[in-house]
Amino acid sequence: MATTTKEFSIADANARAAEIESDVPGETMAINVGPSHPTTHGVLRLMMELDGDVIKKCDPVLGYLHRGDEKIAENMTYNQFVPYTDRLDYLAPLANNVAYAMAVEKLANLELPERCEAIRVLCCELARISSHLLGIGVYGMDAGAWTVFMYTFTEREKLYTLFEELTGARFTTSFTRIGGVARDIPDGWLGRVLEFCDGVLPVLDKVDKLLTRNRIFMDRTVGVGVISKEDAIAYGITGPNLRAAGVDLDLRKDKPYLGYDKYDFEVPVGTTGDCYDRYLMRAEEVRQSVSIVRQVIDNFPEGPYYAEEAKQIFAPPKAKVLTSMEELIQNFMIVTEGPQIPAGEVYFEAENPKGALGFYIVSKGGGVPYRLKIRGPSFCNLSILDKLIPGHYLTDITVILGSLDFVMGECDR
Amino acid sequence: MAELAASELALLQERFDCLTERESADHLAVNCPAAKLVEFCTALRDNFGYDMLVDVTAVDWDAQSPRFTGIYHFLSLSKHEYLRVAVDCADDINPTLPSLCDLYAAANWHERETYDLMGIRYEGHPDLRRILMWDAYPYHPLRKDFPLAGIETPLPAADVAAQTGASVLPAPMMGGPFVSSGDGPMSQTEPRARDESWTEKKEKPTD
Repeated sequence: MATTTKEFSIADANARAAEIESDVPGETMAINVGPSHPTTHGVLRLMMELDGDVIKKCDPVLGYLHRGDEKIAENMTYNQFVPYTDRLDYLAPLANNVAYAMAVEKLANLELPERCEAIRVLCCELARISSHLLGIGVYGMDAGAWTVFMYTFTEREKLYTLFEELTGARFTTSFTRIGGVARDIPDGWLGRVLEFCDGVLPVLDKVDKLLTRNRIFMDRTVGVGVISKEDAIAYGITGPNLRAAGVDLDLRKDKPYLGYDKYDFEVPVGTTGDCYDRYLMRAEEVRQSVSIVRQVIDNFPEGPYYAEEAKQIFAPPKAKVLTSMEELIQNFMIVTEGPQIPAGEVYFEAENPKGALGFYIVSKGGGVPYRLKIRGPSFCNLSILDKLIPGHYLTDITVILGSLDFVMGECDR
Repeated sequence: MAELAASELALLQERFDCLTERESADHLAVNCPAAKLVEFCTALRDNFGYDMLVDVTAVDWDAQSPRFTGIYHFLSLSKHEYLRVAVDCADDINPTLPSLCDLYAAANWHERETYDLMGIRYEGHPDLRRILMWDAYPYHPLRKDFPLAGIETPLPAADVAAQTGASVLPAPMMGGPFVSSGDGPMSQTEPRARDESWTEKKEKPTD
């Protein structure tokens, strides 16, 4: 009897197998994910080296969506570039429009009226809600939870109807102008935004019930793709991905712009920096954004929606152009030569849904920037991939990429 | 704000007397010689609390000399202040700068991008490849002497190019962004495409 037990001893068998395995020369397999692959949410390409199911090396390849935005910017007036900013983070075009306009206005040292700021805060927060709704939805889908996507996408659709009403376009909004916004808010629009806010919170609760304690979702995300606090800072990661790692940095709180310091909201900060934490950050940020939207609407300021004194920067509204000679000339000058921005250098970062979107502008005066550099948050957030991915299983790729919530439009520019 | 920047500048200059103040519309900005850059940035990270390198880029000043200036933006997580550091490249034809990869992991991709688009070589970079354009691309498109329309280049896929004889063609911006030059007679100031290196009136550049 004693001999048979020894024969079937599992511990021995495992040790033998490990011994044999370690003798076999490691044969790795090269695998290519993307640029056209649903996991990569766009056109990211990952060249990986696999040992069995474990990734040994990962080399991200970018540039499939490179359009030369910075070169184009040097060749057109400040306002003409606004539509190009839609196409950076194309899941939150309104927030990009605002960040860009803010950078130029900072260079021109322009004060905005309160109403304009309030409209822009609404734009930014609604864009954040729409971006995070999509982010959570597709993240759930990546992890196999289809239902969540259906709920969040329906809500995002309602939001896009509101965007269409405000800007005239659902997707490529191009809403800001240097010194203001394209038009005032439509009648009754604020009420419909509030209705949306009332409707989105129950949906968030549903998503919460579907995902937060979901056994399968947790098994796939908890402890996966952990970004340490030190790494997150060293790699320049920003936005929810940085906060999930436990770094308390939100530019709306720490470098307030657009009067964000007037609103009462909280910034969620994670503890472990894994994929699960990154999901929690986004879910909570949507709730906080809803709260900001309500506070803005509760106290919506009256007054002009653009900087009226900035006669060389903001082209006056159509009604004035058609009735007054001076405004007609002003409009002509700004349309043909661009807003007149003084010479200088400026760097402005706004807290966008994906992270800090920065614009570095060098102006030599006049209507065209001399150099415009765009710092896309997704570019920096992805730069950690070659360190983050090795050691994970191939199947974790979907979850890690989903949790980073990046957009190639602003990564490749 | 301005006082804070002034005291910060005094602190930095006390330690590094090679720094000069740089004109800026917003944050504190300093000029730093290339030889001192690594030492200065080490101190920035370890002693001055600028723990995040948020952006690396460069500006091409065209006909000026020095022609290229490397620009770095740092963020301090404790003070919540930005700092801009500008470094002139001594060589106008083959510009080089020291790499910050050993100090900030973020510098890796940013420096690859600046090398790719502006052609600045970062000495000490572990893996200085192009990042946005394809590896065999011969130009640095963000330089001022590169036309907006582009320059004819071979296709990245050599086998396809050999069979089809196709190449990447420039796209003139006629009908593209319209800008007026602002000075000169009416006939010349009417809004037109800014990049005129190749229009129907002017021949395509040969190289």
